[in-house]
Amino acid sequence: MRTTVLVPPGEPSVETPGMELSKSAAKYAQRKALRPYLILAPTLLLTLGILIPFVAAIYLSFTDFTLRSSDYSFIGFDNYVSMLQNPDFWHSLVVTLQYAFLCTTVEMLLGIGVALLLNEENPISKFLRIILIFPLMIAPVIGTLIWKLMTNPSVGILRTPMSWVGLGDFKWGASPDTAMFSLVLIDAWVYTPFVIILVLAGLRSLPKSPYEAALIDGGSPWFVFKNLTLPMLAPVLLITLVFRLMLSLQEFSIIFALTEGGPGDTTMSLSLLAYNRGFPFYGLAEAIPIMLFLYLIVYLVSFILIGFWRKAQQRASGVA
Amino acid sequence: MRIRSPKFAFVVASIGAAILLAGSPGSARAEESKFDWKQASGTKLVVMLNKHPYADAIIKRLPEFKELTGIDVEYTETPEENYFDKLTTALASKNGNPDVFMTGTYQLWDYASAGYMEALDQYLNDPTQTNPDYDVKDIFEGVLNGGKWDLVPGHQTGTGSQWALALGFETNILAYNKKYFDEKGLKVPKTFDELYSLAKQLKDWNGAGSYGVAVRGTRNWATIHPGYMTTFTNAGAKDFEIKDGKLISALDQPLAIEITKKWAQLVKDGGPPAWSNYTWYQCGADFGAGKAAMLFDADILGYFQNVVSPDGKKGSDQAGNIAFAPPPVMKEGDPAGANEWIWQIAINKSSKQKKAAWLFMQYFTGKEHGTWAAINASVVDPPRKSVWDNADFKAVMDKAPGYLETFNTIIEHTSVKFTPQPFFDESTTNWAATLQKIVLQGADPKSAMTELAKSITRNTSKLKLEQPEKKPSTSK
Repeated sequence: MRTTVLVPPGEPSVETPGMELSKSAAKYAQRKALRPYLILAPTLLLTLGILIPFVAAIYLSFTDFTLRSSDYSFIGFDNYVSMLQNPDFWHSLVVTLQYAFLCTTVEMLLGIGVALLLNEENPISKFLRIILIFPLMIAPVIGTLIWKLMTNPSVGILRTPMSWVGLGDFKWGASPDTAMFSLVLIDAWVYTPFVIILVLAGLRSLPKSPYEAALIDGGSPWFVFKNLTLPMLAPVLLITLVFRLMLSLQEFSIIFALTEGGPGDTTMSLSLLAYNRGFPFYGLAEAIPIMLFLYLIVYLVSFILIGFWRKAQQRASGVA
Repeated sequence: MRIRSPKFAFVVASIGAAILLAGSPGSARAEESKFDWKQASGTKLVVMLNKHPYADAIIKRLPEFKELTGIDVEYTETPEENYFDKLTTALASKNGNPDVFMTGTYQLWDYASAGYMEALDQYLNDPTQTNPDYDVKDIFEGVLNGGKWDLVPGHQTGTGSQWALALGFETNILAYNKKYFDEKGLKVPKTFDELYSLAKQLKDWNGAGSYGVAVRGTRNWATIHPGYMTTFTNAGAKDFEIKDGKLISALDQPLAIEITKKWAQLVKDGGPPAWSNYTWYQCGADFGAGKAAMLFDADILGYFQNVVSPDGKKGSDQAGNIAFAPPPVMKEGDPAGANEWIWQIAINKSSKQKKAAWLFMQYFTGKEHGTWAAINASVVDPPRKSVWDNADFKAVMDKAPGYLETFNTIIEHTSVKFTPQPFFDESTTNWAATLQKIVLQGADPKSAMTELAKSITRNTSKLKLEQPEKKPSTSK
């Protein structure tokens, strides 16, 4: 006779007279032991996929490896020392911070303002919500190339309207005086919709009752914005700020497509400096310390902002 | 004479026929038929190509190549902006992929020095692997030499092993809007000073935003090699010199500074308004659109703007109005030459299909494909002399006034003018950045060029000016 016993999860196995029963219990126990590893397997694989190149890169940064040759030797901290002694590196650090600060500031201010305007239910807002998302659907490099064509002083369509305000000879990305402005403009065109979407979603999720109470008490729009909207929206704003700051610190494609770091070295950010050293100039091991330094900046900035975000979230939910 | 027997008659007739055939034009075909094009049949080759008319000509004829050789070809085509990054990474992986790749003559100095390229001499000298009809001597000497180097930094091209063979090449000349020049009775500039005056005078010649001469200006090595390097070397300036057994940048020499100063002035007063954004593409587009009156760049760039296809499709707005002239020199009467750029193909040293790879190279750098591509697929300038002598090709080129005359005038003094060394990309990109600083940021040419020379010498002075030793690899 065959006996079938179901073993509930977490229960010890039950001795039964049938051979099949003990086999099935053993299999179940095996499966149970494996389960956490199977559940974690994709995450572990992903982590390994990130960690292996990262560790390999750190290892290579202590060598003189180049794409010119497969021969290389260990040189200790030489690449790090020469990076810190190189004035081009410090110039690129300033450019990177300047770019990130300007882009994030412009995009946050513009994004919040437009999101507040679009938070009204009327046909124009509905239409604009669709239109304003368009730049996000274009790859930043394509957006930059479109801008490059539009701002071309010979054939670009912006020349005529610019000449109406006496700026017909505006040089855009072609002059050291206006290159950074042009880059920030393009970055803002591409990424402000991202800020708008997040802030708008945040605004939509805010509770209505505090606003109704403020309305009854006759609170002015500024009072409502300052004392209700801003504190309740702070977690969303901070997380948006983290995303934009992280991405603009690392920005490569817009700068590469518009100026390649020029004119001269005017817009040579750390990402571009590392790319130039690593690929066109073959010095991969010299490029890695630059990227690791950038990683450190991004990590620190994000770490600090995430701390603020936690506090803001606690305040918004009334915990702190 | 009596015929003694039918057998004797047959032998005599056969010998006679053989003699006649040997002297007839069909003999080449008979020789060709002896060459075993099928010796690598069934092989699959991976080929990496840069997006270019020369590559398009190859792609169009892959079916014919497969029919002749039985070799399958899988190819990738990448835009030039990213091509060399992708290629460098692929070659550095040393996994034999790609088997054959397109390269530029200057990049060869990096790749050959790094041991990524297969020397071709053994194949060229092996009659079982090279068709007797291949005829290396038919290739212009300066173009063939562009693929030859002894791997010693500072030594000019033309000695050592053959690393690559040309698909096509470019010389850098002056193209101009002939229609406008004729209308206004303008004289084509022969000297650099004439070019400067005319370019300055032609500001807004065709409406607001139009200008004198289109020249490249991005922060990239490609800014240096066309008009600027041609002017630089025609004037007698040099990029490097060997001092005390070291390769030293000569960009701080008075002549180099003087030419750079003149070039910067030309850009400021007669060049594109957004010069630092200008690649070959923008230069060609402006010239073709009638925004620039002249173009000092690759001859083929002006040529493509001038093309009118048999069905009336125009290469640009100004197609049919363009003519060509030699690059202006510093003193009238000086011999005009040009710096040359060559698109080549080469075999990956790590390829596991070298026999098939060589058949591919041979076919696509051979006379038959070269002639077809020049007449039917816009492969100007072809590297073989026989193609330039071909009546059909001449008929095609006659539609570009001055093109053939200019080519014949400058070819003797045209060659790769850069000094071969493995830091080419870095040195010339920094050179372009310095040029931008002089033109746009008002940097003093003397101190900027001195600083540039110092930074280049920091790298090149470390180079051993001798044949590299083969060392055992510490990695894979």
